[in-house]
Amino acid sequence: MFKIVDKSIISADEMVLNMGPQHPSTHGVLRLKIITDGEIVSSVEPIIGYLHRCFEKHCESLSYEQIVPFTDRCDYLASMHMSHSYSMAVEKLLDLELPERVEYIRVIVAELQRIASHLIAVGVFGLDVGAITPFTWTLRDRERILDLFEMLCGARLLYNYVWPGGVSHDLPPNFIQKTHEFLDYFLPQIDEYNQVLTTNRIFIERSADVGVLPLDVGINYGVTGPSLRGSGSTFDLRKDEPYSVYDKFDFDVPVGQGLMGTVGDCWDRYYVKVLEMKESAKILRQALDGIPKGDVHEVLPKKIRPPKGEVYSRYESARGDVGFYIRSAGKNMPDRLKMRSPAYCNLSVLNEISAGWMMSDVIAALGSLDIVLGEIDR
Amino acid sequence: MTSIVDSLLNTISFINIDINILLLFAIVVPGLVLFIVMALNVMLSVYFERKVAAFMQDRLGPMEVGIFGFKGGKKFWGGIGQIFADTVKLLTKEDIMPANADKVLMLIAPFIIVAGALLTFIGIPFSDGLIVSDFNIGILYIIAMSSVGVIGVILAGWSSNNKWSLYGAMRSAAQIISYEIPIGLTLLLVVIVCGSLQVSDIVQWQSDNRWFIFHSPFTFVAFFIYFISVVAETNRTPFDIPEAESELVAGWMTEFSGFKWSIFFMSEYANMLIVSLVASFVFLGGWLSPFTIFSIFPDSWLILDGFYIGIFWLLIKALFLVFVMMWFRWTFPRLRVDQLMYTCWKVFIPFSLANLFFVTIWELIAGALS
Repeated sequence: MFKIVDKSIISADEMVLNMGPQHPSTHGVLRLKIITDGEIVSSVEPIIGYLHRCFEKHCESLSYEQIVPFTDRCDYLASMHMSHSYSMAVEKLLDLELPERVEYIRVIVAELQRIASHLIAVGVFGLDVGAITPFTWTLRDRERILDLFEMLCGARLLYNYVWPGGVSHDLPPNFIQKTHEFLDYFLPQIDEYNQVLTTNRIFIERSADVGVLPLDVGINYGVTGPSLRGSGSTFDLRKDEPYSVYDKFDFDVPVGQGLMGTVGDCWDRYYVKVLEMKESAKILRQALDGIPKGDVHEVLPKKIRPPKGEVYSRYESARGDVGFYIRSAGKNMPDRLKMRSPAYCNLSVLNEISAGWMMSDVIAALGSLDIVLGEIDR
Repeated sequence: MTSIVDSLLNTISFINIDINILLLFAIVVPGLVLFIVMALNVMLSVYFERKVAAFMQDRLGPMEVGIFGFKGGKKFWGGIGQIFADTVKLLTKEDIMPANADKVLMLIAPFIIVAGALLTFIGIPFSDGLIVSDFNIGILYIIAMSSVGVIGVILAGWSSNNKWSLYGAMRSAAQIISYEIPIGLTLLLVVIVCGSLQVSDIVQWQSDNRWFIFHSPFTFVAFFIYFISVVAETNRTPFDIPEAESELVAGWMTEFSGFKWSIFFMSEYANMLIVSLVASFVFLGGWLSPFTIFSIFPDSWLILDGFYIGIFWLLIKALFLVFVMMWFRWTFPRLRVDQLMYTCWKVFIPFSLANLFFVTIWELIAGALS
């Protein structure tokens, strides 16, 4: 394993380096205050807030339906997940039972969205360690998912598709067949990514044993999602606290096994995402085959006025455990809304996993955490 | 075996003019020609690289820009006008200089780098006799001149007054200086075998015997050590850590723009061509046709060797190696700086030293047997 120079033998003045907010690989407008000694990083401090849009405060003056587009803009790479998790919270507040078909459609779009989001994560991680071509390949395949979503609701990035009480449109004709076609096309592509990136010797050198996140540290920092599963935990809300209709499907939760190095290194966090795409495809096949007929719109009053009370709902998004806390005072607007951002907690562990490593490893560690600044700053 | 300078001097010598003017003429003309070759090389290489990248990434690459409005059907021209559009854009761009930069150093840094590349071309042949000057220390001269660029890189990184540039320059200096050693050792091996530093002698030896890459197992290994090392020396992926765009923005080129940046660009592609040409004439038979590798081809095929067709063979070999470098760039991730140093000091240098030792024994035994 790579050994860091002993500081007591060689020491020099430390330099403060501001990486970002404008930098090619900080995944948005994140600023990293890096204290370095030559190439070796002694501490990393993420400074956030460059994309703060007062999402939670805004929600207090918007009706429940109007909040949905705002949630889309939080995690713009997994909009379906955000609006789904918000809708689940509102439905829990209203104590609403949804038609089976709605739940199936939501699972289908959520898993397609998970594949799309992981494709970006996989490609961008390759870009962070210097491989440009896999990124264009993953974007090419993501386009196909976006085409499916365009067919579904007309939008390609911010869908406003999953609403409290239902979804905006029923599945268009051909959608199920087209999704099957996409999966037939897509699954062989994963092997191609593995050939060009996952099993590439240089890629393994750059990511295995780098940025190791021990499981206990991850849990202490509240890391969730693929980043925690990369460290060996099987924590997945789809399995542990099944929401929607996830309990009807048969799928595995891939965990990091340290195939190329230590458990919980960048390679594991990356490879968990690759495997999760395969599992999502498995869920998609089952959901597409088992989708029942029915109405997709639950009858709701024009103005949703939930009873007084508070609710917290959890959801497994592409980045981890998204939580929505809503307190209602009986009006048509929430009294208070709080979102638990998974990427925010995941980013907080950055100093822990990259201090003491080299400059290039900070980039690799950041890329493997797969953050979206829109969600962190809200 | 003559060179361009010799033939120029011979041709014009019947006009009775001062020898100094004649020498000046003999210096300026090849210089201009080489500069034009370098400029053409960068224009065509950039277009070629964009198309190669597009091909590997499942895209089309430049397809829109035609020449004077004539696209000539997109399939036919394939956006060839992009070459001129890029050049005009780079030359007319604003030349930005940071307020706290060291202005003098920043101004001369690009010219030092390009001078290094241009000077190397003096010792590089393009065909039998098509060489500016065929001196008896050709290989040594090429190795020496290709290290000049690193001074420009350090100056560029230091004078920009930017932390990213400084990082890039430090990495680049460490990298280029380290990889000089395996390059020197592998070329030394060739010199040991054929007993001359002169470029024409090396190719003549290959013409008399066989291509160096097929000469012995050690020269075969040496070719790959040489090629990987020169990929590192020209700062190409997977060794492009000095300008790692995901870490250092653009490395030592961060603060440069417009004409100065285009000069960096020119020298990068010129260096790629230089190292590929050196690999071609040292290991791959230079201007000899591929049919001279084995004697299975009838003698009548030797007509494929000659002055003009030699240019073609040499360029084909060199451009194939340039293509391989582009192939690397669009396939591989990037090594980390310590892994790069590890590869050089703990893999390439011991291997090339061992290579050097074994090839001398091989030559002694072969010499004793023959």
